[in-house]
Order: sequence, then structure tokens, then C-alpha cells
Amino acid sequence: MKIRSAVIAAACALAFAPLSSTYAADKVKIGFISTLSGPSGAIGVDIRDAFQLAIKMNGGQLGGLPAEVLVGDDQFKPDVGRQLAEKYVKSDRVNFLTGIVFSNIMLAAVPIAFDNKTLYVSPNAAPSPLAGKQCNPYFFVASWPNDAYHEAAGQHASNRGFKSAYLIAPNYQAGKDSLAGFKRFYKGSVVAEVYTQLGQLDYAAEIAQVRAAKPDTLYIFLPGGMGINFIKQYVGAGMSSQVPLIVPGFGSDQDIIRPVGSAMLGLFDTAHWAMDLDNAANRKFVAAFEKEYKRLPTVFAAQGYDTAMLIGAAVRDTKGKIEDVEAVRRALRAAKFESVRGAFKFNRNQYPIQNYYLRVVAKDSQGRIVNKTIGTVFKDHGDAYVQDCAMK
Amino acid sequence: MSWILIVEQSLNGLQFGLMLFLLAAGLTLVFGIMDMINLAHGSLYMLGAFLASSFVAATGSFVAGVLLAIPATAILGMVLEVSVLRTLYARDHLSQVLATFALILILNEAVRLAWGPDAALAMPAALAGPVELLPGLPYPAYRLVIIAVGLLVALLLFFLVTKTKVGMLVRAGASNREMALAMGVNIKLLFTLVFGAGAALCALAGAMLAPLFAVQVGMGENILILAFVVIVIGGIGSIRGALVGAVLVGVVDTIGRAFLPILFGLFFQPRVASAAGPAIASVAIYVLMAVVLFFRPKGLFPARG
Repeated sequence: MKIRSAVIAAACALAFAPLSSTYAADKVKIGFISTLSGPSGAIGVDIRDAFQLAIKMNGGQLGGLPAEVLVGDDQFKPDVGRQLAEKYVKSDRVNFLTGIVFSNIMLAAVPIAFDNKTLYVSPNAAPSPLAGKQCNPYFFVASWPNDAYHEAAGQHASNRGFKSAYLIAPNYQAGKDSLAGFKRFYKGSVVAEVYTQLGQLDYAAEIAQVRAAKPDTLYIFLPGGMGINFIKQYVGAGMSSQVPLIVPGFGSDQDIIRPVGSAMLGLFDTAHWAMDLDNAANRKFVAAFEKEYKRLPTVFAAQGYDTAMLIGAAVRDTKGKIEDVEAVRRALRAAKFESVRGAFKFNRNQYPIQNYYLRVVAKDSQGRIVNKTIGTVFKDHGDAYVQDCAMK
Repeated sequence: MSWILIVEQSLNGLQFGLMLFLLAAGLTLVFGIMDMINLAHGSLYMLGAFLASSFVAATGSFVAGVLLAIPATAILGMVLEVSVLRTLYARDHLSQVLATFALILILNEAVRLAWGPDAALAMPAALAGPVELLPGLPYPAYRLVIIAVGLLVALLLFFLVTKTKVGMLVRAGASNREMALAMGVNIKLLFTLVFGAGAALCALAGAMLAPLFAVQVGMGENILILAFVVIVIGGIGSIRGALVGAVLVGVVDTIGRAFLPILFGLFFQPRVASAAGPAIASVAIYVLMAVVLFFRPKGLFPARG
């Protein structure tokens, strides 16, 4: 009996040997799932374009191995995202999974990566559950925790001495999380916390209430088209000079500036990256992105680029032995890459510790409307959930 | 809460209602007269906004850009009617919904190819700020223009439908299509013209609302749902119904959003009020629709007897 089980064990070990071999692989295979179509498609397109730009700038390689990227569109649907994850992980056997924009889609798809010990490197979504109790060794965040921009905005409002703030967000989970993040670091009083309909068009009623409430500042988290509508109407109502508006960084980035135009000038926002951050990696990235795609990069593009660079560094540091998932994990955790945001390191929950900056929308030397960095709000800032994470 | 705020919110409601009317007027004409469910109505609205953004950029004048976008969209609409939609009239509503939903997808991607995901259309500088309506009540000048344009369009349509020969044919077609056909009305031509007029109204709505709303691919779907609510409340095929329905929806939606949370705050604990207020406000117009349909199953002003 003992002998038989020993033989079986040996046979199994032999059978599975190729999987855990330490031979260098001949290429690195990446499954890239993102929202590439529909009204929210612009974000996914920015992440994808920057991700592929990083590979192109490295001569089609990541960390010394030829890179093969399988791109899939989740169509803004969690079930489609999950199916794509299943295909990439189980039948294409990718080394890394990445790309998803929205938290709800990612939360549907990542369990497949976790169950199959495939590493997921997030270029955007970083929800709080995966930072705390449900933190996972196969999950890395190359962007910023979902709350971070809002926390920085709250801190900025405190720094500016705004005594009262009015808060508006859509009536769904991320909207509530965002305002919770703002309040965590805001020391003044909150006049009102208003939750609007998801996809709302007209904000005249809300703007009139803000005018009547006379707060020191207004903070809005209204992603995509909702934010464009709100800012256009807020400026049109002559309110931007009366109650200064603060938005999270993605709420006043190039994809919002393009359709709104000069009405954006003078708006303050908080982000982990800006086009004018002065480091070599960033200068190289911004110039290459503009040359390749004839548009200016957004924070999303910067995140896509960094995700590729982080994966590249891990492949390089394992000397191409990417079949050894544990070794790749250790290399990812070390994060030895030149991030376009400057200093970057992972917390023990594998969410980033990094700086957050205050930016203002202004004209640059060429007369283009861009975000300019004017200060640092947080230095080496982590997240509020890490103490619940059991990972060391 | 001051009386000024109540005046301002009522004005906001009227203004939002007239915005919806611009879109609903075209929809109710097409739906009521041709008995055709055209989901691609929102795509024409999007086309109007994108065309206006290009024309405004090319001519440098907001008014000229809008005036050019209207006939351009009307022509595109008529081409669409003659080439695709005409074959759908005899089919059931399900086929129409499927085919026009396909049109939405095709037109969305076509616009993305031609313009990209979004376009900029700034407010004319002269109207960019607020004007002081009453002491302590500044109101955005551009929104006043929308109120004026909405009322003007309502008047013009009312005159066209009730006082002209074309209007008489349209009314005849709306109340009994077979009888109109039997009396020798050239229904084919009439339908193409009505569809063109609907598209022109779409373009006007798209261009006028573009300085307030995001001009982006998919912008039509969002507002189309509200437009359908409006015409169902007003009675399908009736311009007067569209006007009354639009203003009702605008006022109920705005007042609900503005005052329901405050009202709930008076009776419930803050935690309950802050959760229930927005939730109830966002379904207020659908409650309105249900109530209207309960008492008047054909809407407030049914066109067909």
C-alpha cells in the first residue's frame, strides 16, 4: 500500500514536472481584459494603448522575453469579463492577467485567476475588500486604492482651511465609498452629502441647492459623462467663482478637458500622477505617448504603462523563469521598476504606497489645457484597510 | 429653504421639461403617425450634437453651426427612412425594436470612427454666465434661451399641425392611417417628411443641449428613456401631450430631487432619510407614469380616438 502510493506520488510529480520547471520560458503571455467599447470605453482604450506602447518601446519584449498580449473587450459587463478571464487563464494559460477598469467587473473575474494561481496586476480598479480581509497573494495593484484620490481631496480641503464642504456622488457603492474617503481626511463640517441618480443628465436642481447652502467648497465624484454634464452646468451657472469645486484626478483629466474645454481652467484635483512630474521615466512616457497616439495621456494611460513596466521588471528579475509563480510574485513585490509617478513600493497587502499630488487645470507653455502639479498632499500614503489583511 | 429656492427649482423643472420636449416632439410624431418604434431616435440626437460641434468649429458661430446641423441631420434622417426604416413599417414592433437597436450600435460606432469618442461644443460666450432674474436669484442665461427655444418650437409645431395643410395630413395620418390612405394622401412622402422633421427636432435638441451635456458616443440612449416616458404620459402622437408630459416629467423630477430628501428629513432619522430620499426621487417620474396610465391608459391627450 505504502509502496503503491509512493509510486503514484512519483508518477504525479513526473507528470506535473513541466509545470513547475525552472527552465526559462520562451515568451510571456498576458491576458488583457478591459472595457473598450460603449460610453465608458475611452478609459480602457487609454490603458490598453499605454500598455502596448510600453511593450513597443521595449522592442516587443517585456523583461527580455517576447510579449504576447491577448486583448478582450468586457463590454462593461461582469459576466463577459469573467468568461474572458476563464478563457485566458484556463485555455490560453496566460502568465499574467490585467486590464480591467471597473471594480464590479474585476471582482467577478479575479477569483478565476486566484483559484488557478495566475497573477493579476490591476492597472486601475483597487476596491477596499481586496485591500483588507480578502487580500490575496495573487493580486497586485499598480494604480491607487479606490479611496486614495478622495482622501487626498479631503486632506487638500482641510489644508486650504475650507470650513464647510458640500459633497455630491452618484447613488451606488463606489459613490458612497468615495465620499467616505473624502470625509476620512476632511476636518471641516460636511453641509450635505447628496447622492444623485447614476447617469443623471441635468444637475440644475443640485446646483441651486449648493448655491442656497453657501458651502466653502464643493467636492464631486461624478465619473465620465456625469462629470462632464455637471462641470459644464456648474460653470454655466456662474458657480465656479462662488464655491470652488474640487474633483478627483480622473474627474478633470484629458478625457474630460477635451469635451468641456476652457471652462475647466482653474479647477483643483488630486492624483498620484501628472504629465509634468519631473522624472526621466515620465518624460520618456509622455513624449512617446503623444507621438504614437497624437493625444495627451491621462492618469489611466500612466497606470497602463506602469503596469506593463512592473510586469516587465518581474520577468527580468526572475531571469525569464516565469513558470515559477512564487518567484514572479516575489519579484513583483520588490517592484524594481522606474514608475512614471516616481517613488513606488508595495504595502504588505500589495497595494501601493506612494505620493498624491494637488493639480490645477491650466494652460501650458504651448497653450494646451493640461493639469499642472502644484503641491504634494500625501507623502508615502497607503490605505486604511491594510490592518485587516493577514498577508505578511 | 427660501421662496427664492422654490422659484428657482420650479424654473429648473420647467427648463428640464422643455429640454425633454425638444426630443419628445419628434419621437411622438414618428411613433404616433407611422406606428413605428424608433429606438435610433436618440442616435439622431447624437448625430445632431456632433454635426453641430463640427459646424460651430468650422463657421466660428454658434447660431450658424446649429442652423446648419438641423438640415444636415434632417437629410440624414430622411436617407435613413428611405433606405432602412421604410421596410419596417409593415413588420411588428419587435422587429422594429431589434432593427433600430442595431442602428443604434451601427451609428454609435460610425460616430466614433468619424469624430472619436467625444466632441467639444462650448456655450456662446455672451450666454455663458448667469443673469439676475430677481434680487438674489441669478439664473444661467443659456438655460433661459433653452426655455425660449422650447416654447417657440412648441408654438411653431402647434401652428404647423393645426393651421396648415401638411399639418392636417399629419393629423389625419395619426388618427387613422388606413382612412388617410384611402382618401388619397401620399403616405410614403408624408412619412419621409415627418421623419425628416423628427430628425430636425433631434438635431435642434442635440445642438441646443450640447453646451450643457456631454457630447459623447452613447449620449442618445440615456435621454431616450426619458423621452419615451414623456410621450407615454402625454399620449402617443400628440404634440400637445408631449409638451404637457415633458413639463410634468421635468417638474416632478426636479422638485423630487430638490425637495424629497428635505421632506424625508423632517419625518425620518437622518440615516433613513439620506438613503430613502434619493431612491424615491429617482423613481418619481415612473410613479407619475404609472398613475397617469392607471387613470388614462392612452395618456393625457391621446391622438387616436
